[in-house]
Amino acid sequence: MKYWIAGCLLGMTLLPGVAGAETPEEKGLAIALEDDRRDNGFGDYQAEMVMTLKNRQGETSQRFLRTRNKEVEGDGDKSIVIFDRPRDVKGTALLNYSHKDGNDDQWLFLPALKRVKRISSDNKSGAFMGSEFAYEDITSQEVEKYTYKWLREEPLEGEPCFVFERVPVYSNSGYSRQVVWLDQKEYRIFRIDFYDRKGDLLKTLTHRGHRKYLDRFWYPHEMFMVNHQTGKSTLLEWSDYQFGNGFQEEDFDQNSLKRAR
Amino acid sequence: MGFRLRATVFVMMAMLVLAGPARAHEFTGFIQAEGRLFTQSAIHEEQKDLSGSLALQPEYYHEFEDGSSFTLVPFYRIDTSDPERTHFDLREFTYLGLREDFELRLGVRKVFWGTAEVYHLVDVLNQTDLVENVDTEDKLGQPMVNLSLPGEWGTLDVFVLPYFRERTFPGKAGRLRGAAVVDTGRTQFESGAKEWHTDWALRYFKVLGEVDLGFAHFVGTGREPTLLDGKDGNGNPIKIPLYEQIHQTSLDLSYVAGGWLWKAEALYRAGQGDRDYFAWTGGFEYTFYGIADTALDLGILLEGMYDERGSLATTAFQSDIVAGLRLAVNDPQSTEVLVGWLQDTENASRGFFLEASRRLGNRWKLAVEIRADFGQPASDFLFDQRADDFMQIELNYYF
Repeated sequence: MKYWIAGCLLGMTLLPGVAGAETPEEKGLAIALEDDRRDNGFGDYQAEMVMTLKNRQGETSQRFLRTRNKEVEGDGDKSIVIFDRPRDVKGTALLNYSHKDGNDDQWLFLPALKRVKRISSDNKSGAFMGSEFAYEDITSQEVEKYTYKWLREEPLEGEPCFVFERVPVYSNSGYSRQVVWLDQKEYRIFRIDFYDRKGDLLKTLTHRGHRKYLDRFWYPHEMFMVNHQTGKSTLLEWSDYQFGNGFQEEDFDQNSLKRAR
Repeated sequence: MGFRLRATVFVMMAMLVLAGPARAHEFTGFIQAEGRLFTQSAIHEEQKDLSGSLALQPEYYHEFEDGSSFTLVPFYRIDTSDPERTHFDLREFTYLGLREDFELRLGVRKVFWGTAEVYHLVDVLNQTDLVENVDTEDKLGQPMVNLSLPGEWGTLDVFVLPYFRERTFPGKAGRLRGAAVVDTGRTQFESGAKEWHTDWALRYFKVLGEVDLGFAHFVGTGREPTLLDGKDGNGNPIKIPLYEQIHQTSLDLSYVAGGWLWKAEALYRAGQGDRDYFAWTGGFEYTFYGIADTALDLGILLEGMYDERGSLATTAFQSDIVAGLRLAVNDPQSTEVLVGWLQDTENASRGFFLEASRRLGNRWKLAVEIRADFGQPASDFLFDQRADDFMQIELNYYF
């Protein structure tokens, strides 16, 4: 799906400790490419999600979702997100073709009208289902979407981590920059700090409960996003990951969106 | 209906049993309480200024191992003021067969075609359930066989429609009607087969980057009736629906560019009235995301409608412009508001509409709708509904 060979070559030159006389930008990019290389080749997966939204007063509300995802050679992933609860949006489904360059293609299925509606994906900083996750946080992460800069090495959760900065290059991002903690051994994201357009700390995302699938892919089972400016938070819990579903192109077209439920 | 319907039911039940059990026997649906307040006194006999109604729409869904499925969605509404609005409909009764190279959908379904927001010009497979709402977005279930063929070149859908559903109309006690009541007991058909005329349709759909393209052809009984003048037993004027045999070719397009969404629908229809005609609707919606550093999204929409038949058109949108604002609050309750202003470009008639909704807790949803019309001259399609401005409050419980 991504720049596999380039990733490989670069990855080899920068195994921890090998990296020598490179700039922080080169080192940051190399880490991102190696991370991307390790994420490649999963083929497809489906999983279930529960989103728990909590406001400043501690009141919670929940959303139940399912997702199907397919890797696309040379471009971003294709995915469908199906809404199960709250009940009034049951059957609503979102089809996304993520792209390395330019905007993603998105369609929304509205079950009451049986209507598939093309929607604009320009709304990257918008809240996904009223949660603290923005659309840009949950769509496919491509190397090309950011520029990188290595910052330092630092342990987190007892694991040595790369700490690097990434700046979105796509338009309409809600962030001026993100700081990522990635563990050096398995390239698992442990934490991301998001800074708003004014440069102030906005949100922190923490990934927990990583599990290994297909002997090589690490997926977190809990994503916890807290908004420092509003005091609101969202916990996204993943379960029932299934790989090797044999999804075809036709499983991610407008027809399949109508029956995705 | 008789034999054919029973045969269809039998085939479906057989499929259900033979395919064996799998993922889920899902049972969901909603109950709705609705109140309508008409702000002006009725101008037609027997009409009331206040109405209340209850609706129930349960849904049964079962999915088989291979992804094929069965769906059953009955609908019933009971209305306090208009007996014609008290009605039952089978919204869905469908078997979906999923195969390697095609999808087969068999039974009663709803299919939507089109891209525009306000007027659904090319959406012609399902009959409008007009007693539900004048916005024509509620549809009656349509019996059909639908073969869907996906490919690199796009998706081709073939529809065979063996039975025709008549449009529902408000009765004498109902608001939002003409001065003369439509007598559905005296419906006329151009075809001798009446509602058993077999209609068919083809639709081709293709995504070309930022463009969605739909191209369709329909042959059969037109869903939109021509209303003929008649007299009832007592010599009072009534309207008699006439359903003609039509050929229609239509095109629908959408184009997305940044925050812009451009939409267009056009059709060419032959067989309704004395001459062929052309009609289109289209425009744009532009959305400002996260206005004033909040989570609010504000969309501006502008659409035009044109029908070559002018004052002889069988719809209210012969030459109109609609401007609207859509506000999405993006809060946990999914609060949304859509307001619009409709202006006829050839006379002084104008219209206003507001649709707002908000979820309450996890299972309730409150929806408010306001519709008002002003300044219709006596020649306007909606002149007889000039006193029918209303506010509707709807409370839904989802189970």
